[in-house]
Amino acid sequence: MTDEPLLRVSALSKFYGSRVGCDNVSFDLWPGEVLAVVGESGSGKTTLLNCLSTRLLPSSGTASYRMRDGQFRELYRMSEAERRFLMRTDWGFVHQNPADGLRMTVSAGANVGERLMAVGDRHYGKIRATAVDWLSRVEIEQDRIDDEPRAFSGGMRQRLQIARNLVTGPRLVFMDEPTGGLDVSVQARLLDLLRGLVTDLGLAAVVVTHDLAVARLLSQRMMVMKDGRVVESGLTDRVLDDPRAPYTQLLVSSILQV
Amino acid sequence: MTDIATYNFAYLDEQTKRMIRRAILKGIAIPGYQVPFASREMPMPYGWGTGGVQVTASIIGPDDVLKVIDQGADDTTNAVSIRAFFKKVANVAVTTDTASATIIQTRHRIPEHPPTAGQVLVYQVPIPEPLRFLEPRETETRKMHALEEYGLMHVKLYEDIAKHGRIATTYAYPVKVEGRYVMDPSPTPKFDNPKMHRSPALQLFGAGREKRIYAVPPFTDVVSLDFEDHPFEVQTFDQPCALCAAENVYLDEVILDDHGGHMFVCSDTDHCEKRREEGHRGHLAPETHFASEAHSASEELEPAQ
Repeated sequence: MTDEPLLRVSALSKFYGSRVGCDNVSFDLWPGEVLAVVGESGSGKTTLLNCLSTRLLPSSGTASYRMRDGQFRELYRMSEAERRFLMRTDWGFVHQNPADGLRMTVSAGANVGERLMAVGDRHYGKIRATAVDWLSRVEIEQDRIDDEPRAFSGGMRQRLQIARNLVTGPRLVFMDEPTGGLDVSVQARLLDLLRGLVTDLGLAAVVVTHDLAVARLLSQRMMVMKDGRVVESGLTDRVLDDPRAPYTQLLVSSILQV
Repeated sequence: MTDIATYNFAYLDEQTKRMIRRAILKGIAIPGYQVPFASREMPMPYGWGTGGVQVTASIIGPDDVLKVIDQGADDTTNAVSIRAFFKKVANVAVTTDTASATIIQTRHRIPEHPPTAGQVLVYQVPIPEPLRFLEPRETETRKMHALEEYGLMHVKLYEDIAKHGRIATTYAYPVKVEGRYVMDPSPTPKFDNPKMHRSPALQLFGAGREKRIYAVPPFTDVVSLDFEDHPFEVQTFDQPCALCAAENVYLDEVILDDHGGHMFVCSDTDHCEKRREEGHRGHLAPETHFASEAHSASEELEPAQ
């Protein structure tokens, strides 16, 4: 851990015409820290995530990332080639729908190996050994390595997507509703797995979710968004146990009790 | 050949030829890069070599000698038709002899006789984009070419090894040109890939339906992609040609009857005939029959004046 943040976001705004995607969002993300972004549908969570991951360019504001050499680089001033290189080496992006993040027509092993080949790995045996290792780390049986993700269940696909993203040892992972659409027991195992991986690898992550339980389990810090603006932010436990903004109080009190 | 005047020389109008020549020049300047061009309707269906015919029509001159092969053969429908087409619209000399041709338009093969300096090979290309089946979005593949992101190409080779234990791609085997662009060498068997490497001949590729032209200038590096532990290798055959006993050439399987009888013969008919004229005999070669037939075929090919 260093005393400098990994990602510095300052006054980030994205407008779709006159509509607000996200407005004036600022925060720092530190190495090894998991930040949850919560809020209801349409609150600008995903827009913010897409801006941070440079999949969308913001209307105004800046975000700078501390590269491996310790230098801060402003994301929106990098060339497309540099951004795409960052995306497939130092970053990961876990989509809500695994089909968006996986190549559905190539085998699980090739899905995991693609990033390695993209950064110049040209030894089949080593690529495959790494793929086997990563499949076992995300609890996929080894004999499924040559199966296409189409033959996988939703939970397995999501785990495969995580393996595919983590294989190059990224330092920052963006996740968009990583447990969306999964049933609760599968969700629980996936969260357990994610929590383990994030701790083991010292990953920093920005997790977008509308599920406050996911936020509580995974994140140390959270931001609550409404209508594109951050209405409250702070330590996860503090925000959930002692919500201050009226909207956060509403959100916390709306959790269904079983 | 009385109706030559009803066509412009080599069928295409001069403006079109200039446009295609510009695309060819750009292709030569950036080896392996797919140059878009305004492909014209040709009097033949897409998939029959409309790209190759347009390239040939743009570079051919009255003194050129044209050879056309289809899967290595000079005597198949496509080859005969394209040869007849240029005889009619450009009144050029045509030949089946690889060495004496100045332009060789080809589909799926490079002749066994190595192309020489001054010759131009024109390939007919159905799908110029090597990344097509892995990434269907053209916007994305062009970006990948621009940024030299070719990891995906190895994903295909990885899949081959995972499924078949070896790289099972046998044709349209991806190559890297001059250390920069990944290129589809058109559906030639990978047997011919090494012949493209540092070839003294100019190689032009035309894809009519896809409206792309690309080129490999003479003496350009053309390296087949592979893995360190699964190196590129060409097909080998465990028997020589059944007619001319040639070894280390590309063979076609020919079915002889419906009882499973078959033989392997040279896919390059010109090469096979030359060898038989020199007296080489395969184990299924008839005594004199083939030699005389070859003679009559080449007589027929002399340009009718």
